[in-house]
Amino acid sequence: MIRFDNVTKRYPDGTVAVDSLDLTAETGKITVFVGPSGCGKTTSLRMINRMIEPTQGSIWLDDRDTSTIATHELRRRIGYVIQHAGLFPHRTIVDNVATVPLLLGTDRKKARSDAMDLLERVGLDRGFAKRYPAQLSGGQQQRVGVARALAADPPVMLMDEPFSAVDPVVREQLQDEFLRLQDDLGKTIVFVTHDIDEAIKLGDRIAVLRVGGHLAQLATPADLLARPADAFVAGFVGRDRGYRALGFSEGHELPHHEEPTVRMGETAPAASEAAEWLLAVDGEAHPQGWINVEQTAGREVTEELLYRGGTLATQGGSLRAALDACLSSPSGRGVVVDENHRLLGSAQLDEVVQLIKSEPGPAGADGDTGTGTGTQGTSGATAAVLQKGPA
Amino acid sequence: MATGGPRMIGNVITWLNDPSHWRGTGTTDGIVTQLERHISYVGIALLIAMLIAVPLGLLIGHTGRGGSAVSLANAIRSIPSIGLLILLVVIISPHFHGRTQAGFIIPTEIVLMLLAVPPILAGTYAGVENVDPAVRDAAYGMGMKGGQVLLKVELPNSLPLVISGVRSAALQLIATATIASFVPLGGLGRFIYDGLAQRDFPQMIGGGVLVALLALLVDLLLAAIQRILVSPGVSGRFSKRADRRRGAAGEADSRVAAVDEAGVTV
Ligand SMILES: Nc1ncnc2c1ncn2[C@@H]1O[C@H](COP(=O)(O)OP(=O)(O)OP(=O)(O)O)[C@@H](O)[C@H]1O
Ligand SMILES: [Mg+2]
Repeated sequence: MIRFDNVTKRYPDGTVAVDSLDLTAETGKITVFVGPSGCGKTTSLRMINRMIEPTQGSIWLDDRDTSTIATHELRRRIGYVIQHAGLFPHRTIVDNVATVPLLLGTDRKKARSDAMDLLERVGLDRGFAKRYPAQLSGGQQQRVGVARALAADPPVMLMDEPFSAVDPVVREQLQDEFLRLQDDLGKTIVFVTHDIDEAIKLGDRIAVLRVGGHLAQLATPADLLARPADAFVAGFVGRDRGYRALGFSEGHELPHHEEPTVRMGETAPAASEAAEWLLAVDGEAHPQGWINVEQTAGREVTEELLYRGGTLATQGGSLRAALDACLSSPSGRGVVVDENHRLLGSAQLDEVVQLIKSEPGPAGADGDTGTGTGTQGTSGATAAVLQKGPA
Repeated sequence: MATGGPRMIGNVITWLNDPSHWRGTGTTDGIVTQLERHISYVGIALLIAMLIAVPLGLLIGHTGRGGSAVSLANAIRSIPSIGLLILLVVIISPHFHGRTQAGFIIPTEIVLMLLAVPPILAGTYAGVENVDPAVRDAAYGMGMKGGQVLLKVELPNSLPLVISGVRSAALQLIATATIASFVPLGGLGRFIYDGLAQRDFPQMIGGGVLVALLALLVDLLLAAIQRILVSPGVSGRFSKRADRRRGAAGEADSRVAAVDEAGVTV
């Protein structure tokens, strides 16, 4: 657990970067600091490992005041990942990763073989071990940065916009791998980003900071989307949040009806015998796509005939996925599958909307006006929040 | 002079090819002996200069304080070497009597050392200062102490500039060490001054050629040392062998062994 106790940072030039911050980052969880540029995220993060000393207040690591621990010892127990990785150019990848264990006195052979294992864990081939940082792409360097921070198995990790310097596709990969890794490792992580989507995806709890170093709201992603504490947070969390909030509403029994199908390779039925759109499945009932019966009647169902635009809703998955399955389906019927991606049937849009309405969550609690408009964007949700005032 | 050019080159080659000029005669020292002296004047001054300038440059770069010392050292370079040498000889040599040459050697070494310190100091300082701030930050962030950051991170990354400072100092010393022969010491300058005095131009030019050749050889040697000392990650000279090994998949375990053997990085 990391606890900020009334922490203020005033730089020598008078800038107050962090103002009376009280906050707890829970053990084994990812706490995300998010906010606009210059709001004090980096300053807050760096006060934890004392790269920056607070002007006032104290920061506690479990039950120890960090100011009582020698800085180098404190930092060796805290993994630290920065934006451009900051790898040592003169060291090979494996030696970069082994840095902290070597500082702690682990023998070289063991430190190196552990480092090799870590490289694999963060998704890098062992063949990279002997390369130098300059020979790696930005995304690869960032993976090494994460491996290096993990090398001494620190209970705490600090990450300052670790994925922001790579392209969106790689970023998504790195985020997914990071979450998978965290599932295994259960570190106490403080993660800084200015990207609210990244915060929502990664955070167990999100601390929204506003310029001047004030904590605007500390909440779970679902709560943040559903109940922004004030206009600043609402604005920062951004558009579509009513829709995105549905992503956190999981475990519902989706209504579904039997859906006529055609097997791949079979002959499509005549137009008069079926509805306009027909679902194609493979031999194991995995949905493949839709065919337009009018255009394909009598022809063999092949890959080329398929319309693949529709998404799938998994039974027990999120309402967002269910809604999206309906909206993206050319037939207007959302395809529902089980965990093994086998077809269960299809759901109608108004059935899913009904389910959203009955949802006891924040949207539902605001009454019919708020919930029914879930698909219509943010205006309804914002209005509801404004009526309620700060939660 | 019209016919002097080609003929002079021939004469210089003849002078350089004469074995007695290399061995020396009963009364005069040969090229070999003077070369040794030249190298020793340069070597000693360079060594002392490195012992002073490298640690000082590292410290100034690391702390970011005392940058003015670097400019001050640079100002020293503009003092005329021969003038300073004569001044120091006048001050120092009266303290030595008898057969010792210390009264001349010490002033010469001081002058050479003063010439060598500024480029090495400036190179080292610039090298440390140019280390990527993110890299330095990461080093502290991982729990390195100041000294560890300096020796394990800043020094290896500044090495190319440190060594290039040493190389330019060495070149300058090899050229300037000829002034040792101005006060009556040896070195390759002997041939230049004697040749000039005796109007023996092949000897004078031959001496100059030897100085140039020595400078070339020493620079090549230092370049080779640079290649060995500077990490490929810093110089960008990634080995072809490592490239090939990288290309081949499925050798993971032999790679671990290879990594274990190659424990050279600082
Ligand atoms: N060394 C410093 N001296 C003076 N002011 C500083 C210093 N470092 C940061 N600041 C100021 O403190 C405030 C917070 O900076 P900080 O780096 O913590 O912001 P941030 O939230 O990380 O921003 P970004 O998203 O742009 O990285 C800013 O106004 C910044 O200008
Ligand atoms: Mg920042």
